[in-house]
Amino acid sequence: MVLTAFAVTVGAYPVTLSDLAVSFGLKSGTVSDAAQTVIWQIRGPRIFAALLVGTALASSGSAYQSLFRNPLVSPDILGVSSGAALGAVLGIYLSLPVIGIEAMSFAGGLTAVGMVYGLAATISGRDPILVLVLTGVVVGALFGSGVALLKFLADPLNQLPAITFWLLGSLASFNRADLMVLAPTVLVAVIPLVLLRWRLDVMSLGEEEATALGVDVRWVRGAVVIGATLMTAAAVSVSGIVGWVGLLVPHLARLIVGPAFARLLPMTIVFGAAYLLAVDTVARTIGVVELPLGVLTAVIGTPVFLWLLARGRHGAW
Amino acid sequence: MSDGLAVENLSFGYPGHRVGDGVSFSLRPGEVLCLLGPNGGGKSTLLKTMLGLLPPLAGTVRIDGDDTAAWNPRRRALAFGYVPQSGAGLFAFTVAEMVLMGRTAHHAAFAPPSAEDRAIADEALASLGMTALAHRSWLKISGGERQLALIARALAQQPRVLVLDEPTANLDFGNQIRVLAQVKRLAAQGLAVIFATHHPEQAFACADHVAVLHDHRLDRIGTPDAIITAATMREVYGVEVDIVPVEGSRLKMCAPKDWR
Repeated sequence: MVLTAFAVTVGAYPVTLSDLAVSFGLKSGTVSDAAQTVIWQIRGPRIFAALLVGTALASSGSAYQSLFRNPLVSPDILGVSSGAALGAVLGIYLSLPVIGIEAMSFAGGLTAVGMVYGLAATISGRDPILVLVLTGVVVGALFGSGVALLKFLADPLNQLPAITFWLLGSLASFNRADLMVLAPTVLVAVIPLVLLRWRLDVMSLGEEEATALGVDVRWVRGAVVIGATLMTAAAVSVSGIVGWVGLLVPHLARLIVGPAFARLLPMTIVFGAAYLLAVDTVARTIGVVELPLGVLTAVIGTPVFLWLLARGRHGAW
Repeated sequence: MSDGLAVENLSFGYPGHRVGDGVSFSLRPGEVLCLLGPNGGGKSTLLKTMLGLLPPLAGTVRIDGDDTAAWNPRRRALAFGYVPQSGAGLFAFTVAEMVLMGRTAHHAAFAPPSAEDRAIADEALASLGMTALAHRSWLKISGGERQLALIARALAQQPRVLVLDEPTANLDFGNQIRVLAQVKRLAAQGLAVIFATHHPEQAFACADHVAVLHDHRLDRIGTPDAIITAATMREVYGVEVDIVPVEGSRLKMCAPKDWR
């Protein structure tokens, strides 16, 4: 909340906390029209977007980690982000409306996660964590080359810059229409994760043990994959590729509240939303030109990931 | 129909690779069956097929006369408690959380565990003398403690049949003895228990029946005294042993001739 209020006030156009309070009817007084526009049309939707994208990426990451019993997976590593990106770029290339781009993005993400999981399941006899991660990297690369092909084919004056900036990850072009698509999608997609929170703990023991404990694994796996992939796709379709959030935030949350999903999910949502809002606020205020969000999250994410990898040797996640 | 577990003419394995054939046996509540057999002989595959984790190639598994073939995982979990060879623990759940997962089949998919579920899980932990470990991380307890906690989890399931796959593998000498003492005690409370092991001597400690899975068949079934003989050990494991009774008890020890 505090962070949100602070985020409204920083930016190219000066808005004071008092303007904000007046605008929300908490305080009497007058606010300039320009400030009203900034709060309601520009910064407000964008802040909501940052909160929602953070929620979506982080909670889908935590769900994938429990489901695939793999603390190193995340939407980006599983190839979901690349798949969703390819879908979304195809959507932009075909000049589809936002909802169309989101649908394409979801289809791409689902295809990617299906391919990764299917391929990893057929490669047995090796360390399953390694196989899953490597398969994700390979499938991600394949979808990445699809994106490159579309960039090559795209109209260099209109479509190419749009695609390129979008891929870097940014909320700069976000508007209220996007919010009307993003918000309901994320809210609907989080429902299976909330409902199945107890089952997800059991799933993290492995499918065989989960079955022996009475879980119908195909059903639970399907519902969770659809929810998590839909969230990732919704986030990717509005913000481009914002990496690492889905990997790091669940880890951080797990360090604090432990792995039980009923406690992990709310903590992950709070951390994810706050983290992305903080990074987005930094991205749009740090320089004269706005920094791409994806670049910042990667700069922060890479060293933390390496630290986790080194720490993982000691067996505690 | 008969009370308890009945396995009839069960064939098991994987598509294109039949591991065992024509397995039949039955087990009543309160009885313990010890399953012996060489490495790679298919003991785990048999247990998993009984549990419904692998589809049977032929034959039936009945509980109180009902064929379990069409049962869903939840109904199976209410009948069978399973203690796997090594509990997969990747995340730092507490011991109490792990045991509480044994209640999964008792509450609806979306529902949180009830106060009753928690009480039953606590009781299961207490019955194995593990209450002090309830809040320890799964990743920071010993292999023996994990094995006991997995048994507690299976007890929290309140099953009719308890299936343990090599419950004493990876355990030190003291924990092996403690785990088998628990198995004996649980059977006395009315559970039917099946456990696979590599130690024939364990059968004398707690089993009513011994079955040997050898050459794809489960031909030798009977009392420990009848089955665990020098001839059986020679044929199944290829070693020469003397079976030495321990005076004043039903125990017998296998003394390998090669060691002398």
